[in-house]
Amino acid sequence: MHRQLIINDVSVKYENTTAIANANFVLDQGEIGCLLGPSGCGKTTLLRAIAGFEPVSSGYISLDGKNLSTTKFTDPPESRAVGMVFQDFALFPHLNVEGNIGFGLNALSKQDKRHRIEEMLELVSLQAEGHRFPHELSGGQQQRVALARALAPNPQILLLDEPFSNLDAELRTQLAAEVRTLLKKNKVTALLVTHDQDEAFAMADKIALLNNGKIAQVDSPYKLYHKPASLFAADFIGKGAILNVGIDAAGILGNDLGSLSLSSLPEDMGNTVKLLVRPDDVAYDEGSDTKLEIISKSFLGPNYLYELALNDGQLVPCLTHSHIDIPIGEKLPVRFDLRHVVIFNGD
Amino acid sequence: MEISASSTNNRGVSWTSRLGWQALLFGATVVLAVPILVILSNLAQPYSPSWQHLFDTVLQDYVLNSLALMIGVGIGTLILGVGAAWVTAMCDFPGRKFLSWAFLLPLSMPAYIIAYTYTGILDFSGPLQTSLRNIFGWQFGDYYFPEIRSLGGAICMLSLVLYPYVYMLVRVAFLEQSTAVLEASRTLGRKPLATFFMVALPLARPAIVAGVSLALMETLADYGTVAYFGVSAFTTGIFRTWYGLGELTTAAQLCAFLMIFVLTLMVAERWSRQRLRFHKNSAQKKLVRIKLRGWRASLATVLSLTVVLCGFAIPAFQLLVWSLNHWQQSIDNGFLTLLFNSFSLAAMASICCLVLAVFFAYARRISSSGLQIGAINIAGLGYAVPGTVIAVGIIIPAAWLDNHIDAFSRAWFDYPTGLILSGTLGALVFAYLVRFLSVALNTVDAGLNSIKSNIDESARSLGASGSVIVRRVHLPILKTSLLTALLLVFVEVLKELPTTLILRPFNFNTLAVRTYELASDERLMDAALPALSIVIIGLLPIMIITKSILNERSNHA
Repeated sequence: MHRQLIINDVSVKYENTTAIANANFVLDQGEIGCLLGPSGCGKTTLLRAIAGFEPVSSGYISLDGKNLSTTKFTDPPESRAVGMVFQDFALFPHLNVEGNIGFGLNALSKQDKRHRIEEMLELVSLQAEGHRFPHELSGGQQQRVALARALAPNPQILLLDEPFSNLDAELRTQLAAEVRTLLKKNKVTALLVTHDQDEAFAMADKIALLNNGKIAQVDSPYKLYHKPASLFAADFIGKGAILNVGIDAAGILGNDLGSLSLSSLPEDMGNTVKLLVRPDDVAYDEGSDTKLEIISKSFLGPNYLYELALNDGQLVPCLTHSHIDIPIGEKLPVRFDLRHVVIFNGD
Repeated sequence: MEISASSTNNRGVSWTSRLGWQALLFGATVVLAVPILVILSNLAQPYSPSWQHLFDTVLQDYVLNSLALMIGVGIGTLILGVGAAWVTAMCDFPGRKFLSWAFLLPLSMPAYIIAYTYTGILDFSGPLQTSLRNIFGWQFGDYYFPEIRSLGGAICMLSLVLYPYVYMLVRVAFLEQSTAVLEASRTLGRKPLATFFMVALPLARPAIVAGVSLALMETLADYGTVAYFGVSAFTTGIFRTWYGLGELTTAAQLCAFLMIFVLTLMVAERWSRQRLRFHKNSAQKKLVRIKLRGWRASLATVLSLTVVLCGFAIPAFQLLVWSLNHWQQSIDNGFLTLLFNSFSLAAMASICCLVLAVFFAYARRISSSGLQIGAINIAGLGYAVPGTVIAVGIIIPAAWLDNHIDAFSRAWFDYPTGLILSGTLGALVFAYLVRFLSVALNTVDAGLNSIKSNIDESARSLGASGSVIVRRVHLPILKTSLLTALLLVFVEVLKELPTTLILRPFNFNTLAVRTYELASDERLMDAALPALSIVIIGLLPIMIITKSILNERSNHA
């Protein structure tokens, strides 16, 4: 596999704050990556460093075997083969759709340019809108124009900065899937920045989870959800509660949570562990002796999401069918199903 | 003020009071439109034989020189204004913060003052040529020196003091541009300079058009500069036709053509701006300025400083030197009278403007009818109409009324009333009202528009009556706008030359008139103190503008 993008030990500093510290990340040709993290974690800064808007203070960024940013030099954005889709699309309001798409095709002859514009219009199914101006288009159409404009010059990598955040929720998931199909079909290497894990899961082959300027974990969406490598990852991805639970040498957990098989436990186990409990790890069981007080509940349509108190007051989530409707303050009989649970060392 | 406090819909306003309100509005509009209507009606008057004479001799000069002035000043203000806006909004270089403020300073220099100051500096006996001769040992006729008192000189002077109009509007446009759009252009392979010409400049086009149009309207209204430089432009032509040939009707007809031209320009500007109105991109990112280094940074600083030096510092310094050298001769009772006259006149006019502006602004707030909005817009036209034209448009009906009142009085009471309206302060203040109402109206309007109707509604729901809303909600919010409006009109009146020159009462002098008269008599040094007074007072609104327009830290930086 050909390494398309290499981010090696990259740090980015603003005056005296470090926005990105020693980041490592690679993308293969045709792969779709994602930088995921809460706002302010530095993901956009890293994207802008790849685009050439921010210099790096350590490490290097290379694309297709060519160094673009090192501590010594920063290739300006216009001389990198990088396409970018901006958060607000940043379409040129004074140019129509064709003008926007053709903006980056200056090197081509008039005829080739014309041809390429038509090709791109077809790619994003906007053949009929070529003469329209950006403000005459819907949000989804604007997004497609931005995509076509960025792809037209055949960039070596496509960068997408929160590309769906300006669209309404329903359109978002639909478009994310569409864009993924389009990028895959055209074998485009792409890197997406988002704070929305659903978007990341829908688009990416590989996700880098960022926290406080550091890459916390790089993994496939599946592994990131089911095998979070840190408490932060466990907390940020998906719903769930992290419990502090006592454990004895036989693997019996405190709080009546049952037991864990010793083989699944880390070697250097202390006498408490942190458990990631997802809502689907706690099941409603009418016959169970374990009855927990209901602290709050929210109606989700097909399901109820209950919040239950353990003996020591820690809260656990529980997902039930929505016809299991028990008032707050009463007790819910549950069974813990901790086979897939993620365990961290206590303290 | 029961009515005025009601929200934009007409709820809570009885139809009788609304009728009274409307009558008042239309009455005021008609009175304000009288000068313009009078000028236009003169087009229907018979054309005197002197038209043939004008055609054969000077009319072509008037038209061509005015057009040349417009083209020259248009290009001059475009380059200076856009350049200044670009460099301070989008680049970073030593002195940027100081310069973004200093670029506004020439606004305080009326064109006729900078014109006569430079004449003094650049004349044969002025400091520049004298020191050149001393240094190189030249004699008269040994060297070429450009003549400032020429069409080219007038273009330079007007460009130097009018470019801030373009600068202010275009700078805001640049600052408001989405940085993402500029970055998009970079990722699509355009270098910074290409990005400027292909994206930033086209996006700022509406602001550029608006700024240059303002500068051109000021150019067409200018009388002092062209008259002092002896350039036969349209305004000087009107003066000559009237005072020289004694042809008031012909002068009024010339006024009408000038006014139609200006109004056409204004309509064209509005139309083009509407067509060009771009929908703003929503997201505003932190503006990243291009850091200039090395010779580029030095060039930016030096060029910017040169503009500010030429447009403000050098002439202001020269005025200061002249004033200091001559203060014993200048500061006397005459000067104090000048100050008193100018200030009281400006105060009267600005208070009248403010009252009327508040009335119109509230009328616009409550009314939704197109007819009323139209009336208000007509009342705001005055600023586009040159002061000379307004003055002629007032003197004609005033004289007509005076004659009829006098005749009536003689016939019935055997008592000559003489001139009641012509040549009075009332006529002069009315002229300022017509010309500067829009300045106050725009400011008050902007303030009032910032109070959304749901604020009125929430106050009403909390039990506040109309007058209470005006007193406890509107007034505190509007206070700054009202003071700004007052100050802006005050300074405009102080600077205004042609209107005052034509309409002032006999022997009534103001700072502007006296400056112009002394300068015309080649008593440049004596003119310095009144001129400097105007410039210093003209600095006041710049302080205010600086606050509101250059307030970039909160929004953009």
